[in-house]
Amino acid sequence: MTLLNIQNLTVTIDTVHGPINIIEQIDLSMAAGAKLGIVGESGCGKSITALAIIGLLPDKSSLSGKILLNGENLLAFTPEEMCRVRGNRVAMIFQEPMTALNPVQTIGNQIAESLILHLKLGKKDIRDRVRQLMENVGLPVRRFPLDLYPHQLSGGQRQRVMIAMAIACEPDLLIADEPTTALDVTVQEQILDLILDLVDQSGMGLIMISHDLGVIAQTTETVVVMYTGNLFETGPTVEVFKHMAHPYTDGLFSAIPRPGISLNSKRDRLYTIPGQVPEIHLRPEGCSFADRCHRALDPCRTQAPPVVDMGKNHVAWCFNPLDRN
Amino acid sequence: MKPPLVKVVNLTKDYHLPRQKLFAKAPVFRALNGIDFEVARGSSFGIVGESGCGKSTLARIVMALDKPTGGEVYFEGRELFSLSTKALNALRKNFQMVFQDPYGSLNPRKKVLAIVAEPLDVLPEKLTTGRRQERVEDTLEEVGLNRRDVDKYPHEFSGGQRQRIAIARALITRPSLIVADESVSALDVSVQAQVLNLMMDLQEKYNLTYIFISHDLSVVEYVTDVVAVIYLGKIVEQGKTRDLFRMPLHPYTKTLLAAVPDIDPSKKRQRTARKEGIFTDGASGACPFQPRCREATEICGQVNPSLELKGNQRVACHHV
Amino acid sequence: MARRLVEIFTHGLKNRSFVIGGIITLLFFLIALLSYVWTPHAIENISIANKLKLPGSVYWLGTDHFGRDIFSMLIVGARNSVIVAFVAIGIGLGFGVPLGLIAAARKGWVDEFIMRFNDFTFAFPSIISAIMITAILGPGAVNSIIAIGIFNIPVFARVSRGAAQSVWKREFILAARSSGKGAFKISLEHVLPNIFSMLIVQTTIQFALGILAEAGLSYLGLGTQPPAPSWGKMLNEAQTFLYLAPQLAIYPGVAIVLTVLGLNLFGDGLRDVLDPKLRRSR
Repeated sequence: MTLLNIQNLTVTIDTVHGPINIIEQIDLSMAAGAKLGIVGESGCGKSITALAIIGLLPDKSSLSGKILLNGENLLAFTPEEMCRVRGNRVAMIFQEPMTALNPVQTIGNQIAESLILHLKLGKKDIRDRVRQLMENVGLPVRRFPLDLYPHQLSGGQRQRVMIAMAIACEPDLLIADEPTTALDVTVQEQILDLILDLVDQSGMGLIMISHDLGVIAQTTETVVVMYTGNLFETGPTVEVFKHMAHPYTDGLFSAIPRPGISLNSKRDRLYTIPGQVPEIHLRPEGCSFADRCHRALDPCRTQAPPVVDMGKNHVAWCFNPLDRN
Repeated sequence: MKPPLVKVVNLTKDYHLPRQKLFAKAPVFRALNGIDFEVARGSSFGIVGESGCGKSTLARIVMALDKPTGGEVYFEGRELFSLSTKALNALRKNFQMVFQDPYGSLNPRKKVLAIVAEPLDVLPEKLTTGRRQERVEDTLEEVGLNRRDVDKYPHEFSGGQRQRIAIARALITRPSLIVADESVSALDVSVQAQVLNLMMDLQEKYNLTYIFISHDLSVVEYVTDVVAVIYLGKIVEQGKTRDLFRMPLHPYTKTLLAAVPDIDPSKKRQRTARKEGIFTDGASGACPFQPRCREATEICGQVNPSLELKGNQRVACHHV
Repeated sequence: MARRLVEIFTHGLKNRSFVIGGIITLLFFLIALLSYVWTPHAIENISIANKLKLPGSVYWLGTDHFGRDIFSMLIVGARNSVIVAFVAIGIGLGFGVPLGLIAAARKGWVDEFIMRFNDFTFAFPSIISAIMITAILGPGAVNSIIAIGIFNIPVFARVSRGAAQSVWKREFILAARSSGKGAFKISLEHVLPNIFSMLIVQTTIQFALGILAEAGLSYLGLGTQPPAPSWGKMLNEAQTFLYLAPQLAIYPGVAIVLTVLGLNLFGDGLRDVLDPKLRRSR
C-alpha cells in the first residue's frame, strides 16, 4: 500500500522578484515502512518538500499538485484537518534541537503535548506513555526525570527528546530534516541507529533529508537527488550510489574528500563542480545545471531534460546521463 | 632539524563556573589538560575532536586571543605570552585565522575592502590608499574573487564566497601560519571542495603552514600531514595522518573513525555495544575516556596515561 | 550610506507606525522651526481686552488669560521643548554611549564601576532630583537641560553596554582582535556601527520622555522661565481657569500627548524597519 504519493507538486513563493517556483513539478512515492532519502545542497528544496508534506509552508506560498497520504490528498485538507494530521499521522524532527524545543517547558510536558492533543488519554495514561517513550529513545526516566528543561540536556539528548515527541502518537510517516547535522559524529551514530530501530519496530515510513551522503547511504533504501527545486535522479540507494547517472550526482560524490585519494606527497585536488548553485530567481532555462555541467549538450540549455530509465527503478532527468559503469 | 614553526608546551586552560553555593569555591572546569605538540613549517597539522574537547579553546590560545592558565606557546621560537602587547601585536601579521561562520566572521556593515584590509591597517607601516586598495584587489584575485568585489557588502556573497573573503583577509599580511577553525564545516560539499582546493593551492604557492581544526574526519584526512585527536582537553593520539587513519590505536580514535557513516550503501555498519559514559572534565586523575571505553580496566580509572610513542603514533592509553 | 537611508525610507513607508509617527514627528519639528521665523502673533503681546477669546480668524486657537495668542505660544513652546529635549539627549548620548562601550570592552572592575554609577543615578527619582538640581542651580532652561541630561546618561550607558556586549561575542570581532586591533578601535569601528540602529530607536524614546520631563519641570516652574512660553507652564497657568476656560489646559495637553505619541510611534516603526532588514542572510 502506497503510504505517500506526491504528484506533480509545485510550490510557488511570493518574493521581491515576483512569484517563483521553488519546487517544480516533482513526483515522489513511497510504500508503508519504506525509507526514502532526499539529498541535495542548500537551496535545492529538500526542506521545502518536507514542509509541504506536513503543511507548514509560510503563508505567502501556494501549492499545486497532490500530496496523497494513504490515498487522501493533504493539499485539499482544511487547516483543522491538517492539525489533526500533524504529530498524529505525519511527524517531523528538525535539525537544531535547541531551537526546536521550548526552552521554558519541561521535556515531559513537551512530549505529552501531542499525546494530549491527538489521543484522548487520562493524566496517568499520558504520564505512563511519556515514560515509556523516554525509555524507547534511550533516556531512562530514573536518570532523566520528566521535569528537566532542554538546557539541562546535551545536544544528542535533546534530539532524543524531539524524536520521542515525534513518535508519541505512532505516526505513519516520520520526516527527519537533517536530524544529525548539528551533532558530533559519535552522537550522530547513536541517533541514526535509534531512528532506524524505531522505524523498523513500528513499521512507519521514514523520509531522511540530508546533505551528507554517508548518512543517506546508511539509512535509506531509496533516494531522491534534488537541485534548485527539481528532481535530478531517483532510485534504490544502492543503484544510485553505485551507478550514478546524473552528472550532478557524480559531481557531488567526486567532491567529497575520501580516503585513498592522496597517495602522493603532492596532494591531488578534489574534483569540484565549477560555479555555484544559482539563486532561485536566476534559475536558467532548460536544465538548471547546464552551465556547470561538463556533459552539457545544446538541448540542455533550452529544454527541460527528459526522464531516462536506467533500469531497476532507477531514473534520471538528463539529456546526457552517465553510462551504467 | 629545522625548528618547528609552532610549539605548544603543556598547555592548560581552566574556566571558572558559576558558584553552586554562596560561600563555596567556584568550581573549575579544565578545558585543556596539558597539551603538547609541534608544527613543522610548511606542513598541515590537523586537530580533531568532538564538541567540548577544547579544540576551539586551543585555537584561540594559539592565536593569543586568550591567555592559558599554564604552559607556553612558541611561535618562531618566541613565547607569545611573555611578550609585551606591542611586541605581540607586531608579530600578529605572521599568524592569522579563518573562522567557521562565513556569515558571522565578516562585519555586515563594512565593505569588502575594509574587511580584507583590516590586518594591514593595524600594521605600523601604513600603505598609501592606492597601494592598499591594490593589495586588497590582488589578494581577492588570488582567492578566486573579482577585483571589483571590494565595493560590495558581505551579504551580497554566498557562503563559499564569504569564506574566500575571510581567507583573503587572513592572507593579506603574508603570514606563515594560518589557523583554520572549522573553516569549511558550514559549506556545502561542492563549495567545500573548492575552498579546500584553494587552501591547498595557496599553501603550495606561499609555503603556508596550516593548523586545521575540524570535526569532519574525511576533510582532515585529506588536507593534513599530521593529526592530533583530542578528547576532553587531552591529546589521546597523534601521528602522521596516513598512519593514524589506516591504523588507529587509541580506543577513542577507533570509535570516531567507526562512527563516520560509510558512503557505500552496501556496507551497512556493524553495531557495536556502547558503554554509557558520564561526562567528566579532564581534571581528575583518571583517563578521560575511561567511562566510555570498552577496554577500560582498573588502572584506567586511577592513572591518566601519558602520550607515548607506540608503533607509528603517540598514544595515551594503557592498553596499546 | 545614502542608499541605505533610501532603503530604510521605502521599507518604512510600508509600516503604519513609521508613517503616522513620522508625519506627526515631522510636523512637530517643522512647526518648532517655523516659530523662529514667524508666529501669527508676537507672544509678548499682552492684551487684556482680548483675553480668553474663543478660536476665530484672528486668534486661531483663541487667547489665554493674558490675551496672548495660544497658537503662537504653542509653537514657540514647541521650539523650547525641542531644544531642551535635544540638548539633554545629546548629553545622554555623548556621555552615556562611551561609558556603555567602555564597560562592554573592559569588563572587570571598570564594568562594575560604571554599572554601579548607573545604579546610583537610577536610584534617585528623576523628577525630585531635577527639582533639587534646579533648586540649587536655579530654575531655567539651561539647568533643566542639565537635570534631564544627567538622567539620560545611565539610560544610554546601560542600553549601549547591553547591545555592545552581544556584538563583542560575534566572530568578526575575534577576527579584528586577531589582526591585532585594540579594544578602543574595535569599539569605534566595529561595535558602534552595529549598535547604531538600536541607539537611534532609543533616542526617539528618550526624546519623547525628554519632552515630558521638560513639560513637567516647566509645570513646576523650574524649567523654561517666563516670558518664554512652554507647554508645561501653560498647563500650570491653565489650572486656575479649569472650569472657566478648560481649553487653556486642553491645547497644551493635547500638544504634549500628540508629540509624545508621535515620537513613540515613530520609534516603534523605526525599530521594526531597522532590525529585520539589517539581518540579511543568504
